[in-house]
Amino acid sequence: MFEHCAAPDTLNSFHWMLCYLTTGKHMGLYISFGTVLLLLAITAPSALLFGFGGAVAARSRFFPLSILGRGYISIVRGVPDIAFFLFFVIALDQGLEWLRHKWKCPEWTDAIWQGNDFVVCQAAKLPLGTSPQWMHEVYGFALAVLTFAIVFGAFAANVLYGAMTAVPKAQIETASAYGMSNRQTFWRIIVPQMWVYALPGLGNLWMVLIKATPLLFLLGIEDIVYWARELGGTKTSRFTDYPHGDWRMWYFLMLLVFYLGFTKLSELVLDRVMTRLTFGQATAGGEAQRRANA
Amino acid sequence: MKKLILGTAVVALSAGFAFAGSHSVVRMGTEGAYPPYNYIDDKGEVAGFERELGDELCARAELTCEWVTNDWDSIIPNLVSGNYDTIIAGMSITDERKEKIDFTTNYTQPDPSAFLALSDSVDVATGVIATQASTIQASYIAQSGATLIEFATPEETIAAVRNGEADAVLADRAYLEPIAAEGGDLVILEQNVLIGGGVGMGIRKSDTELRDKFTAAIESMKADGTLNALIVKHGIGETF
Repeated sequence: MFEHCAAPDTLNSFHWMLCYLTTGKHMGLYISFGTVLLLLAITAPSALLFGFGGAVAARSRFFPLSILGRGYISIVRGVPDIAFFLFFVIALDQGLEWLRHKWKCPEWTDAIWQGNDFVVCQAAKLPLGTSPQWMHEVYGFALAVLTFAIVFGAFAANVLYGAMTAVPKAQIETASAYGMSNRQTFWRIIVPQMWVYALPGLGNLWMVLIKATPLLFLLGIEDIVYWARELGGTKTSRFTDYPHGDWRMWYFLMLLVFYLGFTKLSELVLDRVMTRLTFGQATAGGEAQRRANA
Repeated sequence: MKKLILGTAVVALSAGFAFAGSHSVVRMGTEGAYPPYNYIDDKGEVAGFERELGDELCARAELTCEWVTNDWDSIIPNLVSGNYDTIIAGMSITDERKEKIDFTTNYTQPDPSAFLALSDSVDVATGVIATQASTIQASYIAQSGATLIEFATPEETIAAVRNGEADAVLADRAYLEPIAAEGGDLVILEQNVLIGGGVGMGIRKSDTELRDKFTAAIESMKADGTLNALIVKHGIGETF
């Protein structure tokens, strides 16, 4: 990056550190912070969407839909995350390729499963074998987002289901006394009021989601923990211009600071949101706010 | 308009068939954590013996190659499910692995494995030995009288010896030598262990065409001495 970095062993420790921290490899680490934040930014709303869908389905009076919603919540909540991340992603990827294979190469006669191998025609590959590396990375990232959204969506569905039931019955009875239909009651009374009951649970989920991002490496995405391990490992002078001992402790210390800082920030934001949501609600918190202002 | 759409669809489909079955881009899967075989250099790219070897093999076989890194633990499952087309990651050819995947001919001699320890008085026959999980060294220790502890990455095996969790590491000698040369307190024990049938490229069993191409390229590099030159340059071990 800097001119004088050409011969690092002649530098004093400050400049050495400056050069060391700007190697192409360290850029990989910095970019991976962006990857993790991007994943969180996309996953959180999609998981909420899955959760909302799941909760609505589970509440449905149409039996098959209700079974589907309840099944989704129970099954995904029960399966260990790591099993889900190892099995589901490969199954999803192969399922998509299998469908494309049936569609694109109907005249293919060889078996798709040959012993251990999963073989589809080249045109059915996802992404195509010819596509550049970034396409593979985007595809992997999209699979990761979908998997995270499904897993965390199930937990969010359970939280929202509980929150919908927690809306005071008097509110719903008043709504029907005003002549609102079920649909109107749901959208105008239940949904606006349920958030205050859902937020503590959703806030917890958000914290867990932040901590779960290192699972990304299972999906072949180079996240911050991968880079911390790779960069912190002992480097001998034969393979790098910047030899150093086992520095993993320092890298993981940095991750610790990052995660703690990020969760602290989240807590502050969640507290403010809670204050906003409590306003005017028929809860103990809402009552306390009213008294304080009166 | 309809004809036009149909026409493009036909072109797109036939283009699809044109490369069905043959590889237009070969994706090379490696670990990137096992110098001098393969590691990530300062620029963040795959480097080392296998990088140079792989690039040369692809040039000889007239293939376009792309490098990807993958965790060692899941390197075989990801090959068979088609996420990349070859494994070129210092993987020794063993019968156990041959049940799942095929190998090209070997491009290194069986590399002697060695023990790395804090002192040369360690009793490796009964002590606690660290190895990387799912390696030939791990199965060798599992069958000996010593206690085996396994780690996901080679780096962690060295750290385990430094902090006293293990008495010694068993790994390829070529991997341990640069560490012993610079580690100060760590020494390589005299005793060598000969396991494995040399390192080869792992390829899906169904992909015989690709395997034969790479085997032919390796044979040609063996014949004109360029492979030996690479082995000497990177300090991999015995030449052919």
